[in-house]
Amino acid sequence: MYDFPEIWRLELGVYIDIFIDWLKTNYGTFFDVINDVILWSMVYVEKFLQWLPWWFVVAIVFILGWRLKNLFSGLVFALLIFIVGTFGLWDLMMSTLTIVLASVIISLLIGIPIGIFMTNSSHLDAIIKPILDGMQTMPSFVYLIPAVILFALGKVPAVFATTIYALPPVIRLTNLGIRQVPKEMVEAAESFGSSRWQLLTKVQLPQALPTIMAGINQTTMMALAMVVISSMIGAKGLGMEVLIAINRLDIARGFESGLSIVFLAIIIDRISQYIANRFETS
Amino acid sequence: MTVKVKVEHVTKIFGPYPKAILEKVKSGGSKNEILAHTGHTIGVYDASFEVHAGETFVIMGLSGSGKSTLIRCLNLLNRPTDGNIYIDDENIVNYTKKELLALRKKKLAMVFQHFGLLPHRNVLRNVEYGLEVRGISKEERTKTAKTVLAGVGLEGWEDKKISELSGGMQQRVGLARALANDPDILLMDEPFSALDPLIRREMQYELLDIQAKLKKTIIFITHDVNEAFKIGDRVAVMKDGKIEQIGTPKELITNPQTQYIEEFIKDIDRSKVMQARNVMFKTSALVYLKDGPRVALKAMESNGISSVFVVSSERKLKGIVTIEDTIRAIKEDQPLEDILKNDFYTTGPDTYIQELIPMATDTKYPIAVTDENDKLLGIIVRVSVLSGLV
Repeated sequence: MYDFPEIWRLELGVYIDIFIDWLKTNYGTFFDVINDVILWSMVYVEKFLQWLPWWFVVAIVFILGWRLKNLFSGLVFALLIFIVGTFGLWDLMMSTLTIVLASVIISLLIGIPIGIFMTNSSHLDAIIKPILDGMQTMPSFVYLIPAVILFALGKVPAVFATTIYALPPVIRLTNLGIRQVPKEMVEAAESFGSSRWQLLTKVQLPQALPTIMAGINQTTMMALAMVVISSMIGAKGLGMEVLIAINRLDIARGFESGLSIVFLAIIIDRISQYIANRFETS
Repeated sequence: MTVKVKVEHVTKIFGPYPKAILEKVKSGGSKNEILAHTGHTIGVYDASFEVHAGETFVIMGLSGSGKSTLIRCLNLLNRPTDGNIYIDDENIVNYTKKELLALRKKKLAMVFQHFGLLPHRNVLRNVEYGLEVRGISKEERTKTAKTVLAGVGLEGWEDKKISELSGGMQQRVGLARALANDPDILLMDEPFSALDPLIRREMQYELLDIQAKLKKTIIFITHDVNEAFKIGDRVAVMKDGKIEQIGTPKELITNPQTQYIEEFIKDIDRSKVMQARNVMFKTSALVYLKDGPRVALKAMESNGISSVFVVSSERKLKGIVTIEDTIRAIKEDQPLEDILKNDFYTTGPDTYIQELIPMATDTKYPIAVTDENDKLLGIIVRVSVLSGLV
């Protein structure tokens, strides 16, 4: 009786579908070029990371933890990454790391300029903020579908989906960081005749850096979380191990790969936080 | 005197449609009415004044009076809604972006209430900021910055972080940063208000020293009457976005044009503004040396006083005689010369009342005011100095 009228069915999904199809047919070459460039560079990064001797990576992690925090952190981080190796997941970890790195770099390249741009106008701010809210609440699986259509299966769609998912924090915190720069500081810089660019590079960005670093840290962690999900579209790495383990109900394999992701997350999170804190104190 | 800055009917309205509101204000709506009905804030309304080269011009008013808004119009951090601002006879209101940046780089520098320093740079690099923006070479700007820092007493602090400095020192850095650019005009927005009273006084004297040396044109904002009157050659008093009166400190005290200013200067310590010449009176109660004791007694009697100053025929101050000595001199037939006393105080006409207070409490005679040739200009009775203290 009181069912929602069928006649008001809005086929929004169909239009999105048509839009993506339209993108694919008209700008297919464009996406292919992007695909090739990203894939090409990622293959080299991945090869390089996997080429690095394991003890060298362990040493680097140790030194980073030690110099940035203390000896204990260095030892713990080194131990954690060593354990991943003992699980036999070293190369897969490097594949995961490659996707995270690529996504984070692309997120920063897009996100920081957008964040800066948003500070120029409150209208832009009002438009972009709800979009960011939407991007963060949308179930992350949804991003996989257009990613696959645009970039087929493999690493690049994984990077695409991961980037979209990980982008909001760095935009938000760049915007926030710059808006939080005390007004008098900005006025002082302007009163000496600073150009817009000088104001940005000499005052606003250095002042906002701790906040931006916090954004980079969050973006990195979100990228790591998304990498697991993006294994569903064929991105090789730790996430795929988890997926396989689920399909086969292989508890041992699932636990080992899951734990490896946790370890990797701890190391990346702490090290990037320490770096962010450095900026805070200086 | 050349006019350095000329402000003509400047109005600044904040809100989405300032130009439209301008007409309403002109047809006479109060600040509060406009805010309640339209949501627009009138920062400054119809402000006009001139500042001469080398002058210290103080804009004084309580918070919300529009003084900070007005000073920000002078370097166009605030674009005036209406009116013209001339700097060196050039109307800056219509400047293009490029011209404006050039103006800010060359002619104007600003000092801020909370200093506006950059904590990610050390002291030296903060002072260099203006020079860096102008594209001056590294060596030259370091050299200039070091000289200026030494000038404000911060030699040896170049490599310190801003956070390591006290408030007073931070504002010295702020001042040095402004001076490093060697601007013609120094805009100072409540520069000493955030400092504690002792440091504030020190900085005021330091500014007066610097100004005596450099002779900049200074536009100085404050809410403190005493500060305004100490530093300013002329003072403009603002209320609700309008300038109520402009004048020298003395003019404001002796001739306040509105009730508001009268209220304002109640607070003022007059002894720091008023000079001997303002409270002395030219007395008829004096005797010439040749007159003799009987004339002196007569003068005291007719004026109801117990001592009288004695001058030579050229009105040069010779001394003072008391009633007791005069009576004795009449009895013993002595001339006035023999009973002259010199244990009174003399002062110049430009001495501030403040400095007369210790004299007034110490002596029982009036204070004599003389010019550089020892000529008696007038006398100050103790009551006119000391009554100001209560």
